[in-house]
Amino acid sequence: MEREHFSKLYDAALNEIREKLLVMGGKVEVMITNAMKAIVERDSDLAERTISFDHEINHLEVEIDEKCLQVLATRQPAGRDLRFLTLALKIVTDLERIGDQCAAIARRAIELNQEPQLKPYIDLPRMAHWTGVMVKESLDAFVRGDDELALKVCLDDQFVDDLNEQIQRELLTFMMEDPETISRAIKINYISKCLERIADHATNVAEMVIFMVKGKDIRHTID
Amino acid sequence: MNTKVQLENLNVYFGQNHAVKSATMDFRPNSVTAIIGPSGCGKSTVLRSINRMHDLTPGARVTGRIIFDDMDIYDRSIDPVLIRRKIGMVFQKPNPFPAMSIYDNVLAGYRLNGRIDRNEADEIVEASLKRVALWDEVKDRLRANSMELSGGQQQRLCIARTIAVKPEVILMDEPASALDPISTLKIEELIEELKEKYTIIIVTHNMQQAARVSDVTAFFYLGDLIECGETKKIFTTPDRKQTEDYITGRFG
Repeated sequence: MEREHFSKLYDAALNEIREKLLVMGGKVEVMITNAMKAIVERDSDLAERTISFDHEINHLEVEIDEKCLQVLATRQPAGRDLRFLTLALKIVTDLERIGDQCAAIARRAIELNQEPQLKPYIDLPRMAHWTGVMVKESLDAFVRGDDELALKVCLDDQFVDDLNEQIQRELLTFMMEDPETISRAIKINYISKCLERIADHATNVAEMVIFMVKGKDIRHTID
Repeated sequence: MNTKVQLENLNVYFGQNHAVKSATMDFRPNSVTAIIGPSGCGKSTVLRSINRMHDLTPGARVTGRIIFDDMDIYDRSIDPVLIRRKIGMVFQKPNPFPAMSIYDNVLAGYRLNGRIDRNEADEIVEASLKRVALWDEVKDRLRANSMELSGGQQQRLCIARTIAVKPEVILMDEPASALDPISTLKIEELIEELKEKYTIIIVTHNMQQAARVSDVTAFFYLGDLIECGETKKIFTTPDRKQTEDYITGRFG
């Protein structure tokens, strides 16, 4: 069980950061879901709303950064508190980037919705679903300090990478058969790449969680 | 050689009180080792046992061995005065001799070893004061009373007095805890410079100070050596939960 600090204010500050990160993570998950929904349901309104929602993510990034700096300056944290704070500073960056990727997906969605649908979307929603799961699980692992769940996220990344490759291959066949499809195929390809990046960000978070819990850096060791 | 001072199964008792329990650890030469832990954990007791300061404490008993180079410093044949010349000590409160000038304070320890001529004395005073970065501040008033100096200057004077006798190890017991922040930083910088020539062991309550100045950190709790390791590891990813709880301010 986690002991409390002598200073209740110190605990409160760390908890505030933890909670804000979770809020940010929750918002990012919603963005992934909505960006995908905007494509599948051809809903450009939802896409617009997803793009403007990115402001909230950016705002939280700044807030969490400030809070972390404040605690670093006033408490000179050590040990797991130091690991937690440096991790929080990195996690916000990853979450903020995920928000950017979602906004980029939503922009492509608006463009795609102005043309006839190239093909039924099957793998893309699957990929979005698993990417969302990875983001959620990486944050769950962070909150619970669950290094096993974090390791699962790292390993799941391969599945998303494989889906991305599969989608790219499929799109290539479309483009070779009919040059008319190239512009749409490139956009879908871009979306697939965005999802793959989001999964990478979730993997980053998961790797950092393992460092926070075990004090062991596993970055660039899993292939 | 990678060990300057070695504790082997060191126990210190004060009457019934078992203050240090079977501590075994090495102190590396030309490096700074910090001993940290909550009040009463035995850290000052360990430090004092390294230059036999418990010899005259009634009821104090030391068992185990402390090896300095190849010498067991508690061996009967060893003269404690020799030990204290080789292993100097700096205390929490600056303690220059109040009736003496700055000049005489630096030489106070050295003169115990016999008469010295004027030139040699001048050289020792200048070299020692330069080494503690006090020379420029006091060179024009070496004959002034040492009590005219500020607290931080007095502490650097005490360190100059310690190094004037050419020790190999310097023990520091909370050397900066009675000083203001600027003087504290000066002492910390001095420690960094001194380790080129000496082996330094410092006891401190200030964990950030331990993290800043030391290469190795040992954590004591209730007389037990809980963990000893590279400072950067102890303050980021210690192995023992007790250490982690202490350095993060969760107990102590």
